Amino acid sequence: MNRTGTAYATWRDGWRRFTARKYFWPAVLACGLAFSIAADRYDFVDLYVQLIVIYVGINIILTVSLNLINGYMGEFSVGHAGFMAVGAYTASLITVHVLPQSVAAVGFPVAVLAGGLAAALIGFLVAIPSFKTRGDYLAIVTLAFGMIVKSILENIDAVGGPRGLLGMEKLTTLPWVFFWTALSVWVIRNLVYSNYGRGVLSVREDEIAADLMSVNTRQVKIIAFVVSSFFAGIAGGLFAHALQFINPRMFDIIKSTDVLIMVYLGGIASLAGSIIGAVIYTLLLEILRPLGIWRMVFMPLLLVVLMIYRPRGIMGLRETKLFEPLGDLVTERLWRKTKKEASDAAP
Amino acid sequence: MPLLEISGLTHYFAGLCAVSDFHLAVAPQELVGIIGPNGAGKTTVFNLITGVYRPSEGSIRLDGRELTGQSPHAITRLGIARTFQNIRLFKDLTVLDNVRIAHYGEAAYSPVEALLHIGRFRAEEKRITVSALDLLAVFKLDFVAHEKARSLPYGLQRKLEIARALATRPRLLLLDEPAAGMNPNEILQLMEFIGWIRRTFSVTILLIEHQMRLVMGICERLVVLDFGATIAAGLPAAVRSDPKVLEAYLGEEAAP
Repeated sequence: MNRTGTAYATWRDGWRRFTARKYFWPAVLACGLAFSIAADRYDFVDLYVQLIVIYVGINIILTVSLNLINGYMGEFSVGHAGFMAVGAYTASLITVHVLPQSVAAVGFPVAVLAGGLAAALIGFLVAIPSFKTRGDYLAIVTLAFGMIVKSILENIDAVGGPRGLLGMEKLTTLPWVFFWTALSVWVIRNLVYSNYGRGVLSVREDEIAADLMSVNTRQVKIIAFVVSSFFAGIAGGLFAHALQFINPRMFDIIKSTDVLIMVYLGGIASLAGSIIGAVIYTLLLEILRPLGIWRMVFMPLLLVVLMIYRPRGIMGLRETKLFEPLGDLVTERLWRKTKKEASDAAP
Repeated sequence: MPLLEISGLTHYFAGLCAVSDFHLAVAPQELVGIIGPNGAGKTTVFNLITGVYRPSEGSIRLDGRELTGQSPHAITRLGIARTFQNIRLFKDLTVLDNVRIAHYGEAAYSPVEALLHIGRFRAEEKRITVSALDLLAVFKLDFVAHEKARSLPYGLQRKLEIARALATRPRLLLLDEPAAGMNPNEILQLMEFIGWIRRTFSVTILLIEHQMRLVMGICERLVVLDFGATIAAGLPAAVRSDPKVLEAYLGEEAAP
């Protein structure tokens, strides 16, 4: 009697959590979108704060997408800023030169998307030679890629050369940042919790064993790299239209290093970690602004301390249940329940 | 017609001959053992069959289909799976994911469907998960399905590695020293276990081993390698008394 009672209670609790979970994300997304639209329209949030939030969003996109390569796949890419530059320049050229002034605001999502696609295409071209061989070639290739992008942009007068590109309207608003950030986290989560995502993880764990277990490792790596560069391009488009000015120096190795720090601060192979890392790093940089140049001493110091006490980052290799797909959660919950019942039944 | 047919297989590592003129034909449902002292080239033969190395010369055919020059994942999809001498599980992933990864080749949805979780994604994921859990249940590993592979005791890790290999639905299973690190009692259990796998999954097995007890007990036919060359082949009893084999294993003086 008592036994069925507890079983019922467990079931009921499970059901409650399940439904809570079912409505959790739609609720968060709806609230976030509503709030960002309201803040954008009625200006009740300080413009400076708005800009910081926009940077946080852009940095989340950059961190989540780089984490796919450096965390989940275990390769080492140092050229994320290069893909960001491709996206930023493509999107800016479209809104400034291609689209007429009157439809620039409407065409903005298309321009950002085009920036993402351009970055994805370049990512594909970089991925083909880089993944022909195993090992550390990706780090070298992406390092070179970052430098090539910067020097090409510096030498094309049509895009302003070293002086950069001006004339973008401030089209990156809170709702758009919210939309693209949510989309990038959602898509990368979907990839991670799929057949291809498990392939990405197996490449990190043991590439040869993965290949021998029927994983087409080259295909998996190319897919991950293209998706990662796509979102770097999206972040670039948003960045250009938030700052309304870009030049090649903004996308140098320092920018790539910033993203690397956010990835390793938040934690490798974790979506929650990427978000935490991006938020903490962006906010700390703002809070520590009064320190001036000493800021650049504090941040690396933070990283050193973190590497000593938490070498895999704050959330390294861990994930909140909130990001796991329901199907996986239900399987695991059923499994825990039967396991518990079995151990209860045993004398 | 043999399931696996290897002829004239030769492989050099920078001038060093690791395998020379290796011939082997394995009939369906057969259990063949490859034995030989350390460094004889046994694992190299496995690496050549599975496409990890490209042979310098020779041909490997599965069901009459040439395998040389194909990539490892393509060869696995054609029906050859293997385990490793030193266990190579995906240690930081769960037991379930280890087995689900081996289903990679048969998941029928595109990257776009994976990115958006649409179309065939849900049905396929469910099918793969159920299939993986079923396989784990057959191996009595379902009670650790959501544990990380690294947390499993050694014996279960060996078992999981075999389960993962079978998840690719092979016709030919290559076992690389399955008895490594086991005591005589565990070896007896392993012998039964290998026989059980062979019956349950009706799979052909090629096995590398050091433990003579295991090899003599279950293999129907043996091939003996020494310094890359085949020095004997045939029934276990005949191979055991072959002077060349005794010499390779025990040294010249011990040979009668």
